[in-house]
Amino acid sequence: MSQVLTQKYVVGADDFAAAGAASAAVKKTLKQLNFPVDFIRRASIAMYEGEINMVIHGGGGVASVEIYEDCVKIILTDKGPGIPDIEQAMQEGYSTATDSIRELGFGAGMGLPNIKKQSDDFEITSEVDKGTTLIITINSNS
Amino acid sequence: MKLDQVLEVLEAQICTDAPLNDIEILAACGSDLMSDALAFGENKGLLLTGLNNPQCIRTAEMMDIHCVVLVRGKEPDDALVTLANEKEIVVMRTDFSMYTSCGRLYEAGLSGGDIS
Ligand SMILES: Nc1ncnc2c1ncn2[C@@H]1O[C@H](COP(=O)(O)OP(=O)(O)OP(=O)(O)O)[C@@H](O)[C@H]1O
Ligand SMILES: [Mg+2]
Repeated sequence: MSQVLTQKYVVGADDFAAAGAASAAVKKTLKQLNFPVDFIRRASIAMYEGEINMVIHGGGGVASVEIYEDCVKIILTDKGPGIPDIEQAMQEGYSTATDSIRELGFGAGMGLPNIKKQSDDFEITSEVDKGTTLIITINSNS
Repeated sequence: MKLDQVLEVLEAQICTDAPLNDIEILAACGSDLMSDALAFGENKGLLLTGLNNPQCIRTAEMMDIHCVVLVRGKEPDDALVTLANEKEIVVMRTDFSMYTSCGRLYEAGLSGGDIS
């Protein structure tokens, strides 16, 4: 499993219209590297949900993406408020999003469960007042 | 269903620069909440939404959706159209509501596909 490429993106929380730009850049890279379409879609959707969460819940953060020959590992880290109960946050439909977030098109409580669904391995760690880290691994041959 | 038929059925207008391509749309999904579409919209070619900001284009981009229809008579915001042009995603607008838009397309033979 030799590493092909590492990319790092700073995801700001101040410009909602720009949210998703990091995921779009990664999608473009994976396309250029000729990965299978389904794999690229799964990776893009999972990263985009994580990126949006960093913007709307986590106060922004850093995305670091490791691309290997047969998989991609997406690490999303923020220093936001953290998640008090991860099990609860992983439930479909659970959301603390406010009306103003829903007006922006998010807050169905579907993001984290969908990241888990799209990925082959998913680790989430979080500490209240310290921040949240997601490690998402997607294999290209699964 | 081809995009020119979608345009006709929804009595819609095109808001982006790219010409309508010949891609066959096999199924569609409709939601104002993007994570709903992202979770249940697998293998859909068309997204109907009332969400008038660039994130509906980002969502379409991640899902490989070719066309976004803005319902309820909204005029798409400039940032949305700019991003759509950059990504070569077709944006249409219709005066019909979400319910009516989905109903008209369904009646014309475009299904919702499977929920994955
Ligand atoms: N990076 C984060 N920092 C702090 N809290 C988070 C973070 N990510 C998720 N959460 C918490 O977990 C909940 C569930 O997240 P999830 O992504 O599933 O849903 P959502 O973001 O509320 O809505 P959706 O993703 O459907 O738009 C959020 O409402 C929020 O309370
Ligand atoms: Mg979310």
